[in-house]
Amino acid sequence: MDESKFKKLIVPHFDTAYSLARWLTRNDADAADVIQDSCLKAFRFLAKMSSDSPRAWFLQIVRNTSYTLLKNKKQYVEMASESDVADLQPDAETILGQNASAKILREALDELTVEYKEILVLRELEELSYDEISEVIQIPHGTVMSRLARARAQLKKILISKGALS
Amino acid sequence: MKSDENIDRLFKTHGHQLKYSMPSDLKAKILSELEAKPTPSVSIYSWLSIGGGAVAAVFALVVSFQLGRMSTSGPGDVVVAQEVVSSHVRSLMANHLSDVISTDQHTVKPWFEGKLDFAPSVKDFAADGFALLGGRLDYIEGRPTAALVYKFNQHMINVFQHPTASAESSTPRLQSIRGYQIFSWTKNGMSFWVVSDVNAADLQKLADLLAH
Repeated sequence: MDESKFKKLIVPHFDTAYSLARWLTRNDADAADVIQDSCLKAFRFLAKMSSDSPRAWFLQIVRNTSYTLLKNKKQYVEMASESDVADLQPDAETILGQNASAKILREALDELTVEYKEILVLRELEELSYDEISEVIQIPHGTVMSRLARARAQLKKILISKGALS
Repeated sequence: MKSDENIDRLFKTHGHQLKYSMPSDLKAKILSELEAKPTPSVSIYSWLSIGGGAVAAVFALVVSFQLGRMSTSGPGDVVVAQEVVSSHVRSLMANHLSDVISTDQHTVKPWFEGKLDFAPSVKDFAADGFALLGGRLDYIEGRPTAALVYKFNQHMINVFQHPTASAESSTPRLQSIRGYQIFSWTKNGMSFWVVSDVNAADLQKLADLLAH
């Protein structure tokens, strides 16, 4: 229970943690709940942390907390329906600040299954190492690589269907 | 192969635009809760509204630990006054002013039955400018406490009350902490605290009405 340790090791990863929670839960209110809950767990168990990467350790908590919330909300759907995606668009302010390509990429990413989405968010947006991803998702190194390849192939399909790639 | 390069390019160019940042108010809230932790001032019930069970469980531990070290010295005590101010601030921050929302004292009073082992005094003073908004359970001095919420102009006022061992009655006494005014007194075996950012003269009117 050490406040300065928490500030030094966990607080610097708040944005990455929020980004992951926001992508997985798909709305700000749930992401905020996940983060608050995760911070308390992290604070409580920080003394017992054995990981070399506080970032991966914290993101693992955030991921598990997000999955619990999704399960509780019975939102744990493999593929969101079309209307679902339309309902969960980022707000106008977010959209206005980005161009068409970014918008299409965001939509395509959001259409992926949760496991493909999370691995691409961690790798391509938040730029975690394979080792860190392996710790966050709790899968072996080799599986990280193969899942990443499958996630990219799936994303490619969606982008082609949207006319963003040929 | 070309598509893969295109995906790389898309992520390289637009990936950063797809990241979310933690809203600054959420960050501030978490940091202030972290800093508030060492003070004996956590309201279990206001926590219930924000983070769910795990939050409450962790902070209940913190609270019980802190309370174990506290003396229970009732109204007028500066530690208790700080606790009262923190409960007041948290009730506003957590957007959890009332569990029972009613301006009718005959609705608010029965709501507490079965939730507390005492019957709080509940009165509406709308005619005097202090409109009763509702009530909730809180936790002061390590005891379940009735919290009544009044509105005066645009200001929120929390009134806390719970039984005290002291048989003495006292008149409302003023303390100021961090810009908040607290009037506290005991009457008929009950301790009372009135807390708000309302100016002392106006707040005293409510204290006098309640203590009357």
